[in-house]
Amino acid sequence: MKFAYYPGCSGKGTSVEYEISTKAVCSALGIYLQELADWSCCGSTPAHATDTLLSAALSARNLSLAAEAMKQSGATKLATPCPSCLANLKTARHHMANQEFRRKVDKLLDSPCPPLGPKGEEPLPETYSILQLLVEDYGLENIAAKVTRPLKGLKIAPYYGCLLSRPAPIMQFDDPENPTSMDRLLEALGAEVVPFPLKTECCGAAMGIPRRDITARLSARLLDAATTFGADMIAVACPLCHMNLDLRQEQAAKASGVSYDMPVLYFTQLMGIALGLPDSDLALDKLSVSPAAALQKIGKEISA
Amino acid sequence: MRIGVFICHCGSNIAGTVDCAQVAKNATAFPDVAFATDTMYACSEPGQDAIVAAVKEHHLDGVVVASCTPRMHEPTFRRTVERAGLNRYMFEMANIREHVSWIGKDKEANTNKATELVRMAVEKLRRDAPLYTKKFDSVKKVLVIGGGVAGIQAALDCADAGIQVVMVERETSIGGKMAKLDKTFPTVDCSSCILGPKMVDVAQHPNIKLLAASEVTNVSGYVGNFTVSIKRRATYVDWSKCTGCGLCTEKCPSKKTPDKFNEFMGPTTAINIPFPQAIPKKAAINPDYCRKIKDGKCGVCAKVCPTGAINYEMQDEVITEQVGAIVAASGYDLMDWTVYGEYGAGRYPDVITSLQYERLLSAAGPTGGHIQRPSDGKEPKSVVFIQCVGSRDRSIGRPYCSGFCCMYTAKQAVLTKDHIPDSQSYVFYMDIRAPGKMYDEFTRRAMEEYGTEYIRGRVSCIQPNGRGQYLVRGVDTLMGKPVEVLADLVVLAVGVEGAKGAGKLAETLHISYDHYGFFMESHCKLRPVETNTAGVFLAGACQGAKDIPSSVAQGSGAAAKVIGLLSKPQLESDPQISVVDIKRCVGCGKCVDVCPFQAITKQSIRGEVKAQVIEAVCQGCGLCVATCPQGAIQLSHFTDNQILAEVNALCQC
Repeated sequence: MKFAYYPGCSGKGTSVEYEISTKAVCSALGIYLQELADWSCCGSTPAHATDTLLSAALSARNLSLAAEAMKQSGATKLATPCPSCLANLKTARHHMANQEFRRKVDKLLDSPCPPLGPKGEEPLPETYSILQLLVEDYGLENIAAKVTRPLKGLKIAPYYGCLLSRPAPIMQFDDPENPTSMDRLLEALGAEVVPFPLKTECCGAAMGIPRRDITARLSARLLDAATTFGADMIAVACPLCHMNLDLRQEQAAKASGVSYDMPVLYFTQLMGIALGLPDSDLALDKLSVSPAAALQKIGKEISA
Repeated sequence: MRIGVFICHCGSNIAGTVDCAQVAKNATAFPDVAFATDTMYACSEPGQDAIVAAVKEHHLDGVVVASCTPRMHEPTFRRTVERAGLNRYMFEMANIREHVSWIGKDKEANTNKATELVRMAVEKLRRDAPLYTKKFDSVKKVLVIGGGVAGIQAALDCADAGIQVVMVERETSIGGKMAKLDKTFPTVDCSSCILGPKMVDVAQHPNIKLLAASEVTNVSGYVGNFTVSIKRRATYVDWSKCTGCGLCTEKCPSKKTPDKFNEFMGPTTAINIPFPQAIPKKAAINPDYCRKIKDGKCGVCAKVCPTGAINYEMQDEVITEQVGAIVAASGYDLMDWTVYGEYGAGRYPDVITSLQYERLLSAAGPTGGHIQRPSDGKEPKSVVFIQCVGSRDRSIGRPYCSGFCCMYTAKQAVLTKDHIPDSQSYVFYMDIRAPGKMYDEFTRRAMEEYGTEYIRGRVSCIQPNGRGQYLVRGVDTLMGKPVEVLADLVVLAVGVEGAKGAGKLAETLHISYDHYGFFMESHCKLRPVETNTAGVFLAGACQGAKDIPSSVAQGSGAAAKVIGLLSKPQLESDPQISVVDIKRCVGCGKCVDVCPFQAITKQSIRGEVKAQVIEAVCQGCGLCVATCPQGAIQLSHFTDNQILAEVNALCQC
C-alpha cells in the first residue's frame, strides 16, 4: 500500500509526536508514505479566514504537486494526518469544480491545476485522513491481527474534534454527529471505549490565541466529560485539539476550578503501543501530561 | 350547426394577460360559430343566464366556454346548457386560465394561444353528439378503513343514517392514536373517557360490522359497486369464543414481547389485549414471541382459557365485501426522528417521543400513570420539550408544520406539573401555533399558571453528562444567547407523516398521495373530503396533520358525502364510455386483457367472437381504444375523429 503524504506544518513542530508515530505505525503495517517534495502551507485558518481564493491557491499548489508525484510513484491516494489540512485541501478541491473559481486560482499558480476528472481516476487527487485510510483501506481486521500488546483494560475517550466528519458533504467520512471509526479502531487494539458524547464538540480550536478564556472553557468541558465517563485517557486525531487538551490542560483547570490529570494521546501513539513499537517510535515524552500511570494498566512502563 | 363561444375574463385572472374581446372577435371567423362574446364571470348567475339567453336568441346547437380548468366548472356549464334546452354533452371547454393566463405574461402571445385553444374546442364541438346517461343500482354499504377517531365518527354517522358499515382496522383494537393519549387539549379531559363510549357504540351498532386485525388488500369495481378483498390476520384466538377475561395474558410466560400499543415503553405478553377499553376486547397472540408457535413448547394460554378459544393453527383468511363507497381514515404515524444525530439518534434512553410520554402519563400505561424515566425509573424533576423535531425542517426534507404539536406540548407541560409539582418544564419552540378555539389561552396558561419556561429557539444537541442527566444545548433567539438546560427527561414533539403503508393503500384505492404519505384531496379548499376517484372519501389525518376536533369534523364530512351518494335511489353512469364497432371487431380480445376494470367481455354474435362493453362498469379510461389493432373501439365524446380535428385545428393556426 502506497500513499502520497502531506504532513502539514504541525507535524514538523507542535505535533511532532503525531508525525513520528504516524510514520512508524504505517511503516510497521507495511504502508509506504511518500512525502511530497517541496510541499507548502495548506492555507489553513489564518489564510482561509482572510481570503478564500489565496487559501485555495495554496491548497491547489500542493494538490498539483501530489498529482504529479502520484503519477510518477504510483501512490493510490493522498493522505494527511492533520484534520485542518484535510479540511482545507478538500474544500479547495471542492471549490475547483467551479470553473470561474478555478480560472482565478490558475492565474495565481505557475502552471494550471490538473482537472478534477471523473470519479475513480481523478487527475486532481482527493485527500484522505490517515484515520480514514487505516480504517477503510487497510482494514480493522488487518490491524487487529498485528496487535502484540492489546490495550486491554484501558478506558479511552475517543475525541474526533469538529473537522474530521464535518461538514459532511465535503468530508464524506463517517457519521457527522456520531462518528465511530476511531471507536472501532481502538476496540480493534483491545481498548475499552467509553461512550463519549462530546466526541465532535469544539475544543476551542484556534481561539486559544485571541481568546484564551473561550478555549479554556470549552476544553475544560471535554476534560470534565472524559473524567465523568471514567476515561483513563483521551485519544485524538488533531494537532490543535491535542494542544488545547494536553498543553493547555492547566489553563482549562483554572477556568473550571477542577484539576485534571488526563493524558491525551494521538491514536497513532496508541496504535504504536499496541503494535509493540519501540518507545522511540511513540514519542510519548513529547506529551505534557504523562500517560505513565494510565499505561501501567496494560503493563507498559515508561519513564514519567 | 350553430355554435356560441363565450370568453370569460374571470375578473382580472384571465383578462389581465389575455385580450378576451379579441379572442371572441377571432372566434367569429371559425366555422359554424354563430355567436361569440366575452363575459366578466361566465360561471356567475348573470353569466350563466347570458349563455341560456344566447342559446335561445341565436338558436345555438352547442356552446364553447373558454375559462378555467374543466375540473372546476365543466359540471356547472353542462347544467347551464341543459337549462337552455341542449344536451349537456353539446358543450366544450377551453382552459385559458391555468393553461394560458396564469402561466404567461405576454399578452399578445397569450391572446393567440387562447384563440388556438378556442378553435380546437370549436372543432371538437362540431363533431359532438348528444349522449344520454343511464341509471344503475348502488350497494348501500360503506367501507371505512381505519378505526381511529375520524373513522369511528364517519362509521357512526353513516350507520345512524341507515347505511351498512364495514370497518376495517389493522390493529386488534380500534381507537387509533387517540386511544393512546392521556388527556386532550385544551380542556385536559380524559382521552379514553370521551373516546371510549364512541368505541362501544361502534361495537354495538347494528349497522356496523367491525373487522379488527384486518387489512384491505384489493379493491376493484367503481363508485356504487366496489368489490373489496380484506385479509383477516390470524390472531390465534377464536374471537367468537374469547370473552376478554384476560386470564391468558396473566399466565403467559413470554413476558418480554414488545408492546406496540404502549409505544414500546415497556414489555407485554405474547398473548395480550392492548388496553382495558379495547374494542373488540379480545386477546390476540403475537406469533413472533409466542413460545408455542415458535418452538412448539408451552400452550399455557390454551390450558387456562375457560372457553377453549385458543387455536395455534389459525390461518390468515381473505374475505370479500361489496360496498358502494369507501372512506379512507388510516391516520398518521410519527416520522423516523432518529435522523437527528444531534439528539442522539435513539441512543439515549431518556430522550423519548411525545407519544411515548403520553403512555407514561396514562393511568393505563406501563407505569400506571407515574412519570418514570425509562433508564432508571426515577421521577424526572427537569423535563425539556423540544418542538418541531421533523417539522418545518427543510434540512431533512420535512418542510411542513405538523399542526398540533404546539398544543399537545403545552398540555404535556401542564400535566407534568400536575403529576410532579416540584418539577420544572422547558419548551424549546420555533413559533407557537395555537389558532384553534381556546388554544392560545391554553398555551398562556401553561406559561403563566404552570410556570413552564418557553424558550424560542432550536436545540443544537443533547449530551448525557455522565451523572444521569442530559445537557440540552440550544439558542434563545429572543435573548440572542446560547442556553443550556440540564434535563432528567427530554420529550421530542416528533413530526407526523402518513401512516405506515399509506402509499400502498392509496395505490390499492386508486387515489393519489404525496411525498409524505398523505392522501390527496380532490380540491384543497372546496373538495377536502373527496378524492379524484369517485366514491372514495377521506377522513382525518390520512389527508394531512389534524387534531381531534378537525379529524372528527372531517369524519362527519366524509359521512355526509357517503350518505348523499348512497341515498340516491340510483346512480347515473357517465356516457363517455367505450363503444365497439361490431363490424370492425375481429374478436382478438386484446381489449379484454388491458381493461383495468374488467368492463369488456367476449360475446358470440352469429358464431363470431366480438368484444362487448359493460356500460355500467366502463370508466372511460380509453386504454382499450389505444390497444385495439382494428380501431374498432371508440370512446364516446373523445373519438379519434374529434382528437384529430383538434390537432388539425391547432396545426392550421
